Amino acid sequence: MRRNFGLDRPLPEQYVAWLQSFVTGDFGFSFSRFRPVGEVLSEAIPNTLWLGGASLIVVFAVGCAVGIVQSVRQYSRTDHALTFATLFLYSVPTFWLGVMLVLWASSPVWPDALQLPVSGMQTLDYDRLGLWGRLADRARHLVLPTIALGLSSAGAVARYMRGSMLETIDEDYIRTARAKGLSERRVVFGHALRNALIPIVSLVGLFLPILFGGAVVVEKIFAWPGMGMVMYEAVSARDYPLVMAGAFLFAALVIVGNLVADLLYAVVDPRIRYR
Amino acid sequence: MGRLLDLVLPGARDLRKRPVRAAAALAAWAALWVLVVVRWDRIVATPGGGAVDAWIALVSLLAALAAVWRLGGRRPEPDVSVEMRSQWGLVSDAFRRHRLAMAGLALVATLAFLALLTPYLAPHDPAAQGADIVATRFQPPSWEHPMGTDRFGRDVLSRVLYGGRVSLMVGTLAIIIAMTLGSLVGAVAGYARGWIDAVSMRTVDLLLSLPRLVLLITIIAFVDPSTTLIIVVLGLTGWMGTSRLVRGEVLSLREREFVQAARVLGFGTPRILFKHVLPNVATPIIVAATLGIGNTILVEASLSFLGFGVPPPTPSWGDMVLRGVRDMHDAPWLVLFPGIAIVVTVMSFNLVGDGLRDALDPRAGGGGHS
Repeated sequence: MRRNFGLDRPLPEQYVAWLQSFVTGDFGFSFSRFRPVGEVLSEAIPNTLWLGGASLIVVFAVGCAVGIVQSVRQYSRTDHALTFATLFLYSVPTFWLGVMLVLWASSPVWPDALQLPVSGMQTLDYDRLGLWGRLADRARHLVLPTIALGLSSAGAVARYMRGSMLETIDEDYIRTARAKGLSERRVVFGHALRNALIPIVSLVGLFLPILFGGAVVVEKIFAWPGMGMVMYEAVSARDYPLVMAGAFLFAALVIVGNLVADLLYAVVDPRIRYR
Repeated sequence: MGRLLDLVLPGARDLRKRPVRAAAALAAWAALWVLVVVRWDRIVATPGGGAVDAWIALVSLLAALAAVWRLGGRRPEPDVSVEMRSQWGLVSDAFRRHRLAMAGLALVATLAFLALLTPYLAPHDPAAQGADIVATRFQPPSWEHPMGTDRFGRDVLSRVLYGGRVSLMVGTLAIIIAMTLGSLVGAVAGYARGWIDAVSMRTVDLLLSLPRLVLLITIIAFVDPSTTLIIVVLGLTGWMGTSRLVRGEVLSLREREFVQAARVLGFGTPRILFKHVLPNVATPIIVAATLGIGNTILVEASLSFLGFGVPPPTPSWGDMVLRGVRDMHDAPWLVLFPGIAIVVTVMSFNLVGDGLRDALDPRAGGGGHS
């Protein structure tokens, strides 16, 4: 077996051989799964993107909503309570949140209809469900992992959003809008929000590595068959080709995500033009 | 009379004027004396026993008593006008007005003493299994075991306490490595500019594009984990943000008059960097370090939870949650208490970090963190 995998050759030679095939797109053969690495990873990528995408939405939707509420009611009791809550979320480890969610969701007090699945991506009879059934099933499986992965980053986004909104509300054009007699709702959502969102968009790139890192932990807890799970099992099994390719792919995803975030920047802020 | 009261009950005289501070001092004073009385046998055994941990605990206990006595008995300083205050005096004033930050600082101090005093505090040996394993395992919280017992009949409270020592030590040492490395790289890159700057900043970009946890487990896949290794690896993966921060500051500082003056005087580059430039970047580094300790403790716990952290005989919070998951439906205290310990620790460091940042920069009124 050592011979078959070329493990008896000198290390530099192995490294050069590995590098050569790696850059040509051949990621090698997984020791622990006895399958090509490319195959293993291409099955896992979509699952991680499902989870990551859903979490990203939760992170920014919840984060922005909380930040807006806080900035509109600055220094009120609500503001202080939410500041404390976001700090709490920010300090909660993802894995503990996940474990607590499993404990909470699997307690026997819930009726069957409300019972949320705590492991895997689909129920056993998934293949026999119709399109809507499949979507609903997938959504039910997504709920808990998404919350576990997204909630603590949402706390961080809320803190940024509060700061950004408060800075925007101080601007002259907000005073102009108020002086025109616009309703507070129009001022906040029409004028302040759009401008306050601009710096928030750049956070997408910042939070991608955090989300993907968290995916390793969350996928392990919820038995979600994504890249984090592959990575965890590969490290446990010391399956080096798989570990290297997995790490590389995570980096590639982060870079692509950053590119998308930069392009989004131009969409949100028309003053920015890329040539 | 008042002086005598101060001697026995520090802070008691202030109870009406500054109730929170006086009550905190009195509570800490009382707690320490209760500890002395309850654990008298362990304390007197220390000088003969000779274990390093116990010696550290003894010294810390005396230091804690002295610190509380001094803090509680101190009179408020007379008000000085703003012009007469030093930069640090102003900062410390701003920090003291920040109530949450002060609460965080008190918590951090408490946690540090808890960690140092663990050999006296822990009710049981963290590794001791019950005599009759069937009877002593999975006991719910009780007077004997305030946080219950685990699958082997070990006391969870003692393990949480000993785990806290590991977490705080790993977090602090790793952040020292990270901050030193980050400041050095950032300062050199920002001061030298040119290709040195380009190479080091592209390296930073490269390392930042890998999720930290993925980077960590990739490294750990190739080596056998030990506590030292975890500290070094956490330090080596945590310096990038700081080096960017420092580089930015140094880029603008190097054009300032006092740096130019130092150059004209013919000082060598190392002397300019360490004596003139870096001291002016100290404040953002301190803020980054405080927030970084909390984050490092989180990451270390996640690593341990994955099973790649501090290796097992050493108790660690992440590892306790990992082992507890199997039995958590029957014994939820196994995952509950270590998790709460992590949250409280990380949160108190974040509170202090936030407070410091606000105190150092009045402009950033509680907004995002950079």
